[in-house]
Amino acid sequence: MSENGTELLHEVAQSEYKYGFVTDIESDKAPAGLSEDTIRFISAKKNEPSWLLEWRLRAYRHFVSLMEDGDGLPEWAHLNIPPIDFQAISYYSAPKQKPELESLDEVDPELIDTFNKLGIPLAEQERLVGIAVDVVMDSVSVTTTFNKELEKNGIIFCSFSEAVQNHPELIQKYLGSVVPHTDNFFAALNSAVFSDGSFCYIPKGVKCPVELSTYFRINEAGTGQFERTLIVADEDSYVSYLEGCTAPQRDENQLHAAVVEIVAHDDAEVKYSTIQNWYPGNSEGVGGIYNFVTKRGICQGDRSKISWTQLETGSSITWKYPSCILKGDDSVGEFYSVAFTKGMQQADTGTKMIHIGKNTSSTIISKGISAGKSQNSYRGLVKVNRGAENARNFSQCDSMLLGDRCGAHTFPYLEISNPTAKVEHEATTSKIGEDQIFYCLQRGISEQDAIKLIVNGFAKEILAMLPMEFAVEARNLLAIELEGSVG
Amino acid sequence: MLTIKNLHASIEEDGTEILKGLDLTVNAGEVHAIMGPNGSGKSTLASVLAGREDYEVTEGSIDFDGEDLLEMETDERAREGLFLAFQYPVELPGVSMSNFLKQAVNSVREHRGEEPLSAGDFLKLMKEKAALVHLDPSLKTRSVNEGFSGGEKKRNEIFQLAMLDPKLAILDETDSGLDIDALRIVADGVNDLRGEDRAFVVITHYQRLLDYIVPDFVHVLVDGKIVMSGGKELALELEEKGYDWIKADTGQAV
Repeated sequence: MSENGTELLHEVAQSEYKYGFVTDIESDKAPAGLSEDTIRFISAKKNEPSWLLEWRLRAYRHFVSLMEDGDGLPEWAHLNIPPIDFQAISYYSAPKQKPELESLDEVDPELIDTFNKLGIPLAEQERLVGIAVDVVMDSVSVTTTFNKELEKNGIIFCSFSEAVQNHPELIQKYLGSVVPHTDNFFAALNSAVFSDGSFCYIPKGVKCPVELSTYFRINEAGTGQFERTLIVADEDSYVSYLEGCTAPQRDENQLHAAVVEIVAHDDAEVKYSTIQNWYPGNSEGVGGIYNFVTKRGICQGDRSKISWTQLETGSSITWKYPSCILKGDDSVGEFYSVAFTKGMQQADTGTKMIHIGKNTSSTIISKGISAGKSQNSYRGLVKVNRGAENARNFSQCDSMLLGDRCGAHTFPYLEISNPTAKVEHEATTSKIGEDQIFYCLQRGISEQDAIKLIVNGFAKEILAMLPMEFAVEARNLLAIELEGSVG
Repeated sequence: MLTIKNLHASIEEDGTEILKGLDLTVNAGEVHAIMGPNGSGKSTLASVLAGREDYEVTEGSIDFDGEDLLEMETDERAREGLFLAFQYPVELPGVSMSNFLKQAVNSVREHRGEEPLSAGDFLKLMKEKAALVHLDPSLKTRSVNEGFSGGEKKRNEIFQLAMLDPKLAILDETDSGLDIDALRIVADGVNDLRGEDRAFVVITHYQRLLDYIVPDFVHVLVDGKIVMSGGKELALELEEKGYDWIKADTGQAV
């Protein structure tokens, strides 16, 4: 890289987060600290049945035992995680007004304004795009749209709390069935203190006519966010679910430990798409979000399919491996990811494909883009169990380096216990080419636009997997992230 | 249009001097051929004109249409109307030709104070100019140079030249690696683009290309300097006698 080119890349890599603002909405939050009392407080606030309180307490006790065995944090990731004071976190925060809304006009105008700043005009989306949006802000749902349309098809799409009240049998059956509270440290914490999230149930034979979308935001200083998402696709159903999130600028670190569980029965298909741009911290890495998420789906039924697509640009630390358990015969798992890191960001992301049923297949395509002094790792496991006849996997991991102070790493793990398995892995690492940039410059394209073109080209294959309106947002986001102060 | 005086340029990394006092004047409407043996500095001249940062100009001046070319950044030079057809066109995976060219064409238009082209006009322009070098219009969805054959890459360079409508076009060994049919297509494309307002600097090792793109002037570059200039017949003489004759004649070391 030429000196100027390298400088520009550094400037690009240090550009400040554009979505750093705080919305001033009154909230009702629990005092900081974690104890059985905190959990009883949350459970009581939410008027939960006693089995759920017991479930939370079991998870809490497990969490405490992990804490006693050490700090409990996973150590294998290629991450440098500062110690977290779990007692300093406030575990519950709900907006004071929780009105029943008929239309968007009744929504707090400040909230609407927030979404406008993010370039997510809710009204616009409702009218033009036909997305049902379940807004999660400070952990409790504020508004849910399109419910009537969904109800007609028997689709349940609501906040987790509502689902606990209205569909307790489904929650009790599926909660923790894919990610048990013993799964890992953060899953245990989430299970103990989760405040809200989304629940989605698609009945037998129903193809969900709209894309279901949830926008998450952290909005209260010091509030940990512990979302819980559960998606159940019954036999021969289909749903495309979108999750996007951005957080306002903060001076203190914020912990985000969500859990997402997906269950796909026979012939069902779930497509789960994420755009993640939580606040990554300032150029020294101070104040960003810790994003420690457990996402897992089980292809429970034969011929079922779960597909994860993600664009990860935010958070100071990301620890996330959306995974598929391919239990049903002929089931399919997919993972498509673009992870962009800059500044001091650290990302350790990838997937696990666990082949259990016969004739299962999985595809992994991961694109990592590193800039600044960031560290970007792909970590993926392909596991083929003894009984998984004719399992197929294709993995491709490409990394692109912008500048010379960042790092890209690939950690593929293979555990193959059946000789009929066919597993392919390809990996490349490239530095954004001086020749490529020169070629663009010579055609009159500015250096900044050249970098955008080249990076977008690199990520295009994945972004094209996102639902249309999300793909546009993803391209814009990537362009904003790449923007430096030049030009 | 282009006046190069006493140009000295070195490889930035190790300071090796490649151009050692080169003079050249090109007027609008003219086609100049630069010929010379391998390593004489032909491609370095192209790179220095385009503004590649691997080379450092240590002495001399370059005037481009009344402005100091050496003061301009690479992209500025391009927007001012200097085009380089690359000897080795670069691949841009995932970047479609139409996206790439839209950005390039509109950057140039904006610089000229023109409105960006509408999507319709742009596609029309692409179709028209692609036909000039027999490129399939479906190329607009293909990634820039990715999976292009050698001949396609060179035709693609001339196609981009036509799209960007520059004042000065430098063709850096555009004939290398082309069979005779492809060479003819490329040459026909270039000849179509010749005009009163546009000048060409055609860099080539072989005389062959000049059968099709007939130059107004031929210059021989040896060891970083132009050692002989003449009309198109000089190229034929070189073809017959080789470069050693010049080297002997002008006292240059081989």
